[in-house]
Amino acid sequence: MEIDQKREIRFNEETMATVQKIIKRYPEGREKSALIPILHIAQAEFDGWLSPATMDYVASILNIQPIEVYEVASFYSMFNLNPVGKCLIEVCRTSSCWLMGAEDVVRHIEKKLNIHVGETTADGQFTLKTVECLGSCGTAPMMQVGHEYHENLTLEKVDELLNKWKAEGKRSRYC
Amino acid sequence: MGKKLLLEHVDVPGINTLSVYRQKGGYASVEKALKTMTPEAVVEEVKTSGLRGRGGAGFPTGMKWSFLAKPAGVPRYLVCNADESEPGTFKDRYLMEKIPHLLIEGMITASYALGARTSYIYIRGEYFYVAQILEKAIAEAYEAGLLGKNIFNSGFDHDCYVQVGAGAYICGEETALLESLEGKRGNPRIKPPFPAVAGLYGCPTVVNNVETIAAVVPIVNHGGAAYAAIGVGKSTGTKLISASGHIKKPGVYEIELGVPVEEFIYSDEYCGGIINDRKLKAVVAGGSSVPILPADLILKTAAGEPRLMSYESLADGGFASGTMLGSGGFIVMDETASVVKNLYTFTRFYHHESCGQCSPCREGTGWMEKIMHKILDGDGTMNDIELLWDIQAKIEGKTICPLGDAAAWPVASAIRHFRSEFEEYVRRGHSIKDVKHYYSTKGIPEPAYS
Ligand SMILES: Cc1cc2nc3c(=O)[nH]c(=O)nc-3n(C[C@H](O)[C@H](O)[C@H](O)COP(=O)(O)O)c2cc1C
Ligand code: SF4
Ligand code: FES
Repeated sequence: MEIDQKREIRFNEETMATVQKIIKRYPEGREKSALIPILHIAQAEFDGWLSPATMDYVASILNIQPIEVYEVASFYSMFNLNPVGKCLIEVCRTSSCWLMGAEDVVRHIEKKLNIHVGETTADGQFTLKTVECLGSCGTAPMMQVGHEYHENLTLEKVDELLNKWKAEGKRSRYC
Repeated sequence: MGKKLLLEHVDVPGINTLSVYRQKGGYASVEKALKTMTPEAVVEEVKTSGLRGRGGAGFPTGMKWSFLAKPAGVPRYLVCNADESEPGTFKDRYLMEKIPHLLIEGMITASYALGARTSYIYIRGEYFYVAQILEKAIAEAYEAGLLGKNIFNSGFDHDCYVQVGAGAYICGEETALLESLEGKRGNPRIKPPFPAVAGLYGCPTVVNNVETIAAVVPIVNHGGAAYAAIGVGKSTGTKLISASGHIKKPGVYEIELGVPVEEFIYSDEYCGGIINDRKLKAVVAGGSSVPILPADLILKTAAGEPRLMSYESLADGGFASGTMLGSGGFIVMDETASVVKNLYTFTRFYHHESCGQCSPCREGTGWMEKIMHKILDGDGTMNDIELLWDIQAKIEGKTICPLGDAAAWPVASAIRHFRSEFEEYVRRGHSIKDVKHYYSTKGIPEPAYS
């Protein structure tokens, strides 16, 4: 995928107001607590991943060293340190989902999109990942797309969703 | 019908809104505690109730609260553990999504008991939509004067905030959670000091599970003794069980502690039996970390007594023939399931989630995943089974946090109770090739697809 680093990394006023509100949730001198929530917002605003420029920007907002942001961003699985497609599909692969057929769901998506897990389609539309238990074990198998949970999956249901998302050029987002 | 204390009103339309929740008696515990009880009296009721932590360890909540240090002039915090990442567990999600005000009410009442002016609900990042439901409930509570300054004219002020995580099972471990809440990597801290003395920002802190905090509401409303009268022995009250796997009716059930396991699996009130009436093979009774048990040992103890859904009964027989209630993540496997393959998903999980601070856990979980993969791929040897046993034994008890134990126990129990299945994999070798799909984020090469 093309990496577009030319765009300006800066929150608009409205987002900045949200960020400032989040920072106020923590005691004075403990503003760093807001780091993870702000990284989520930054990732959503700036193409679904955290580039070094984005992380440096977040560091400047919180008045901390860039390394303090890098070490956190690299620890948590929801932060993407590389570009991802517009629509990030995350299929749960742990026990209950596996018992209910998660492997078949993954294989099916791989074939349908012609990519392997961890890859992005050539048009930059879809990235496929597997993740660990997302707390939907009773409605397994499941996948997450941004903040949407898609549960009780069947291969037909997956087809339907993929076709729809392809047609509408879906973007997945958490925030 | 068993008694319901938490989910009694869960099906009432609009129960997620403040107005309906209050019509059903919501926030009575806050009013009662703030207007008629001292904080110490609330702690006493919780002690009397016998409530034990619902996050997995089962530590008595009243006792935990009474350990909280109270140095003058230092703020104290209540932190709710809504990280819920233990495979097989989804009860906290259900509770927060359906009846968010129950958690907020518990947060206020518990904070009053602990003298916490501020509380945080740390929720896993993947539950983003649930976090929004909580934010909305909190906004309603502020609007109604149930949060903020001088609640019920009692002089008690309280602020409650939601903080989202970003995908890390280890952040469910309470000290890792506090690190994460401080904006750092989720590396567990060495204990002592315990959070009760030095927790969030170095201040005295209580960390409790969502369900534990919610249970404070009925305890304050009806009294600790009434709560203690429910359940069996030292397993008092009700417990939310997340039931999944090969059962007819997966879902979240509130049970009175002490229900027989057999009734829980087969009765229509709960799981409704096994899919297609196949035979029960094995159960992981308390989330991925607890020992797996074969059908005969989950239904009856080694002594032949019916096994009950309680802390004591599930643990009966120790690890030789028992397991643990844990977080209540009840995963059922029928005769078509492969215990070996299920274990592979667990070893992969723990390797993925190890924070990497201690070498036995960081290296051991990786080795176990690789060996499991090798066995499933048909390349295993009998010696690999011994090696797995050896590795798990060298992790257990030798790490900073209990994730190491949690990674070791499933391996030990699967070999203990299902050794012949491992041997079968080894014997059949390449005719098995039981890895349809394989991917590791930690650099283990992906095998070729067939
Ligand atoms: C690796 C690991 C993961 C944990 N995950 C959770 C979790 O997701 N939710 C939870 O409430 N407790 C979890 N715990 C237990 C917490 O450390 C802590 O004991 C609990 O939050 C205390 O609350 P309780 O006394 O109300 O159960 C975990 C522990 C470990 C070692
Ligand atoms: S046991 Fe594992 S998860 Fe826990 S601190 Fe050590 S390396 Fe980290
Ligand atoms: S195992 Fe997939 S959501 Fe829990």
